[in-house]
Amino acid sequence: MDMRVNIAGVEWKNPVTVASGTFGSGAEFADYVDINKLGAVTTKGVANVPWAGNPTPRVAEVYGGMMNAIGLQNPGIDLFCERDIPFLKQYDTKIIVNVCGHAPEEYLAVVERLADQPIDMMEINISCPNVNAGFLAFGQDAHHVEELTAQIKKIAKQPVIMKLTPNVTDITEIAKGAEAGGADAVSLINTLTGMKIDINRKTFALANKTGGVSGPIVKPIAVRMVYQVAQAVNIPIIGMGGISCAEDAIEFILAGASAVSVGTANFHNPAVTLEVVDGIEAYMKKNGFESVKDMVGIVK
Amino acid sequence: MSEKKREICTIVSQESIGAGIYSMWIQTDKIAADAKPGQFVSLYTNDRSKILPRPISLCEIDRENGRLHLVYRVTGEGTGTDEFSRLKAGDTIPVLGPLGNGFSVEKAEGKNVFLMGGGIGVPPILELAKQMKCEKKQIVAGYRDCHTFLREEFEAAGILYIATEDGSVGTKGNVMDAIRENGLNADIIYACGPTPMLRAIKNYAEENGIECYISLEERMACGIGACLACVCKSKEKDAHSNVHNKRICKDGPVFLSTEVEI
Repeated sequence: MDMRVNIAGVEWKNPVTVASGTFGSGAEFADYVDINKLGAVTTKGVANVPWAGNPTPRVAEVYGGMMNAIGLQNPGIDLFCERDIPFLKQYDTKIIVNVCGHAPEEYLAVVERLADQPIDMMEINISCPNVNAGFLAFGQDAHHVEELTAQIKKIAKQPVIMKLTPNVTDITEIAKGAEAGGADAVSLINTLTGMKIDINRKTFALANKTGGVSGPIVKPIAVRMVYQVAQAVNIPIIGMGGISCAEDAIEFILAGASAVSVGTANFHNPAVTLEVVDGIEAYMKKNGFESVKDMVGIVK
Repeated sequence: MSEKKREICTIVSQESIGAGIYSMWIQTDKIAADAKPGQFVSLYTNDRSKILPRPISLCEIDRENGRLHLVYRVTGEGTGTDEFSRLKAGDTIPVLGPLGNGFSVEKAEGKNVFLMGGGIGVPPILELAKQMKCEKKQIVAGYRDCHTFLREEFEAAGILYIATEDGSVGTKGNVMDAIRENGLNADIIYACGPTPMLRAIKNYAEENGIECYISLEERMACGIGACLACVCKSKEKDAHSNVHNKRICKDGPVFLSTEVEI
């Protein structure tokens, strides 16, 4: 059984990584998960300087999922390079660094800083709904995405994954923009913007008013978008959105994802990623697939 | 490397001990052996529409028998805690823990102590009171009404003062009113309860120069320090992000009162 997948020239031992922000930089989960068994670790977003994030409450549960508005709290690229990358280097897995910023210069500063770092790929977060600096507009406009992707590609020394927002009319346009700008891959979906009202406190459940909805409740939307993007572009797709078990992951792969990210489910069971890896292998055995590659996008 | 995991624990007993307050003992494999007062566990519901763990503080730790006592409030019909309250002896539940830092019991040695709990912040004070060796153990418990759960256990563990919001038992008012009414004083304070209560205790401790440890709560997601949901403003830069945001689930829930802004 060949579990390996090749994403933009980087070979992962299996198609399973984690969704940025749900796994820290691995350190907090290392007690619960053998990180060597993951195809890749995708880190929490990192900016050029430390970000303090949003006020609390930052999370709320909703039926079949949750909402978050953490606001991309992060230690900044310097401490990240000094502490988090060396931590992950102890493991036999691929390292994908998620990059965030308020403006193109901030993204570029991080990408530049990563040039000499021993990481395997970078994922550009142009889609976080929880930072009020207007930069979500990048992720919602195909031309801006193309332009930013091209600027990043000019200086990036590792393959670039553009992470797409579902909060758009037609996600295929955005994906095509990323491809035109030279993206090596796309990942989708980030969270869907939502709102919850606390009727007892008579105010918003989240201090940020709105937050990103994730978890099983978003899965059908995510599968649909992965399928649509798979028909629209020729670069690999990392699929995510509500994956809680191997069966969910397989849906994404059959719809066109070359790899998958497990996100919110890590909060329900810190070792869920390993169950997903094992479950994909069991499905392949049962269904006569010799390689993960043979399953990608076969549902047309 | 990855030696910790969710344990499937068996319910030993479950009973209602007040209006919406439940007392549950669970049998654990490893959790009880490692647990300290002031720590908590994450409980997971079996209802797949509810994905986040519920953090529940430890009320008592029976290391010898590997058991934990959890006392919690049901927060409404159809909630996760409602589901927990329906579990019966022999049923099972996934549990992760022990989590958080817990109280430093040793700091109380030879001192005159306040152990203060309010509402559903009362239970975690019990194990602390049982383990504490100090000069004078003054337990101040604040309740809504005459449902003074765990009262006998507290009376066995130290000198108990009670405050009730409706005045049905002890001092009418809150734990601070009970201190004033009884003319009490202390060299060190340990407290757990709602934020307004902790804020009052923090101010009192700072005005009087008393060392004070408070156990905070906030909406959590992962419970293990990864998601950065449950942060509080801290004086020192936090180890994770370097931005004065300590994680309540991982760096806390117990903090030196002068260290945090609440």
